[in-house]
Amino acid sequence: MTSPAVRFQNVSRRFGEVKAVDGVSLDIAPGELFAMLGPLGSGKTTCLRLIAGFEQPDEGHIEIFGARADGLPPYKRNVNTVFQDYALFPHMTVGENVAYGLMIKGMGRAERESKAAEALAMVKLKGFEARRAAQLSGGQRQRVALARALVNNPKVLLLDEPLGALDLKLREQMQEELRALQKGLGITFVFVTHDQGEALSMANRVAIFNEGRIQQVGTPTDVYERPRTRFVADFVGSANVLAPDLAGRLGAGPRWVSLRPEKITLLADGQGAPEGWVSLDGRLASASYQGSVTRLAVDAEGVRITAAVPAGSAPIVTGSTLRLAWPKAAMVLLEGEP
Amino acid sequence: MSTRAAAGRQGGVGEAISDVFFARPGLLTLLLLLPPLLWIGVVYIGSLIALLLQSFYSLDDFSGLVVHDFTLSTYGQLLEEANVGIIVRTVAMSALVTLACALIAFPIAYYAARYAKGWKKALFYLAVMMPLWSSYLVKVYAWKLILAKEGILTWIASGLGMTWLLEGLLALPVIGGPSLSFSYIGTFLVFVYVWIPYMILPIQAALERVPANLIEASADLGAEPSQTFWHVIYPLALPGIVAGSIFTFSLTLGDYIIPQIVGNSRLMIGQAVYTLQGTAGNIPLAAAFTVVPMVIMGFYLWMAKRMGAFDVL
Repeated sequence: MTSPAVRFQNVSRRFGEVKAVDGVSLDIAPGELFAMLGPLGSGKTTCLRLIAGFEQPDEGHIEIFGARADGLPPYKRNVNTVFQDYALFPHMTVGENVAYGLMIKGMGRAERESKAAEALAMVKLKGFEARRAAQLSGGQRQRVALARALVNNPKVLLLDEPLGALDLKLREQMQEELRALQKGLGITFVFVTHDQGEALSMANRVAIFNEGRIQQVGTPTDVYERPRTRFVADFVGSANVLAPDLAGRLGAGPRWVSLRPEKITLLADGQGAPEGWVSLDGRLASASYQGSVTRLAVDAEGVRITAAVPAGSAPIVTGSTLRLAWPKAAMVLLEGEP
Repeated sequence: MSTRAAAGRQGGVGEAISDVFFARPGLLTLLLLLPPLLWIGVVYIGSLIALLLQSFYSLDDFSGLVVHDFTLSTYGQLLEEANVGIIVRTVAMSALVTLACALIAFPIAYYAARYAKGWKKALFYLAVMMPLWSSYLVKVYAWKLILAKEGILTWIASGLGMTWLLEGLLALPVIGGPSLSFSYIGTFLVFVYVWIPYMILPIQAALERVPANLIEASADLGAEPSQTFWHVIYPLALPGIVAGSIFTFSLTLGDYIIPQIVGNSRLMIGQAVYTLQGTAGNIPLAAAFTVVPMVIMGFYLWMAKRMGAFDVL
């Protein structure tokens, strides 16, 4: 059995009184495109910095491809980082930036220049060698940062909010390119993001962080369809989290349950719920049109339930009574006390 | 009369002027810049040109009067052995003072920029700036007392049984002398002390602007701390070092008080200018001497630019 690309064994990292990372254990498989997802201050970036070596664990161990990494400084790890704001050297040209790691290793000028040119071609910046970072757009800087890291042929590539600073169009394009690049190179990519859409669409597996702990690790489908905790249900996509008493009356629990808005359909007046479905009557509080779907906020049984229905599927009149229905299986039981 | 018209008139002249300036922003800029431009153009550049002109006149050795004919003979006099000695001495002193200031200032500036926080940073600024608040003359005379034969340094040296070291230093050719306050060593020490804030502050400002993530990026790409220093921190701090060295170098080049109070009787450029235009009444040669630091600084800046010291700016 091959060792994981990155292994966290019960790792903790404290900053003063704050436990930024609290007992995290995690295996990242070789060749995986792995996302660390969480809100600000959830410990995901600290975990990335622990892999890079900018931080050292206070407790626990980190292994990179089976070798103990804790205690090793960043310059002794075969891991490279694409920084959030790219951290390109302003006093060097693009070519010198990309060749920096090779220069440090003592590679000759001609060889490193040709390798840098190759790396730049790979990120579609052929011929940009002589420019300076200040002359590039945000998207181009991102590519330079990527080339500068990849030219060293790292075992693991770390990306800190790689798409955070780009506008929407460019972000979608870079998502595609990063995925293709990762697939082509077969290098383990670990990226940090607070954008759940980005994590779900790009990653093979996602770890969801909150308050220094991992809430759930799994494939995007796993964490979306089967959230384990209320936090995951709420943070990944949007979900109706139903309290145990209501869930119990609907035949699930009594436990906290998660119900995705798009699992809910509207029943016409008098139409009964199909076998294995539950239904609930409510009053429409508001509706917002979002292109392909319309999101309805419905007050039922004293709680507000959000439903996403295909746009134009029903006449929407605020204040009218609606009958919501969904399959029982759409209610996912969550961990935690009822 | 309508109330609206009354409201419109409220501002009167002031409002009318505001309207004019609003419509033509260039006019306001011109008005604001005119006094400083006049000052720089007439008083500063003008007198500099007058000075340059003077250096092309000569002094009649017989009558002691200035001959208002264009000649390069005054510049020729600069090449006389005694005058070349003055120039070489001054440039060497300025270069050594600058080098020493840079070497001492860098670690201090580095600490202040990278590590000092809160009260430590405040203390740093206070420690660097406070000497600038007290009179330059007072500081120089204080140093004369410290360095004098009967001064505190001699006393400490004898207390530590290091008199041999002090005497050995003073016995050195050229830089030694009867006591520290009458030697080049003394002049050098006082120059370094007096000018070092001008080196620390620009270096600190330059280092302050180096983002911490560049240092992390360098380490991430495999550079050990010493490699990061030479490939990232030093090049980015270089504009600060050059800025500081422009201060220390030109201030030493033109100073005529410190070498007069602390040092031997051999002249530096500033002292030469002072005596030539004063007692000797040789304004042309004094003017020619003042052109020397200007030429040297021009050359220095050109070299710094060529070496890429300003590329990051």
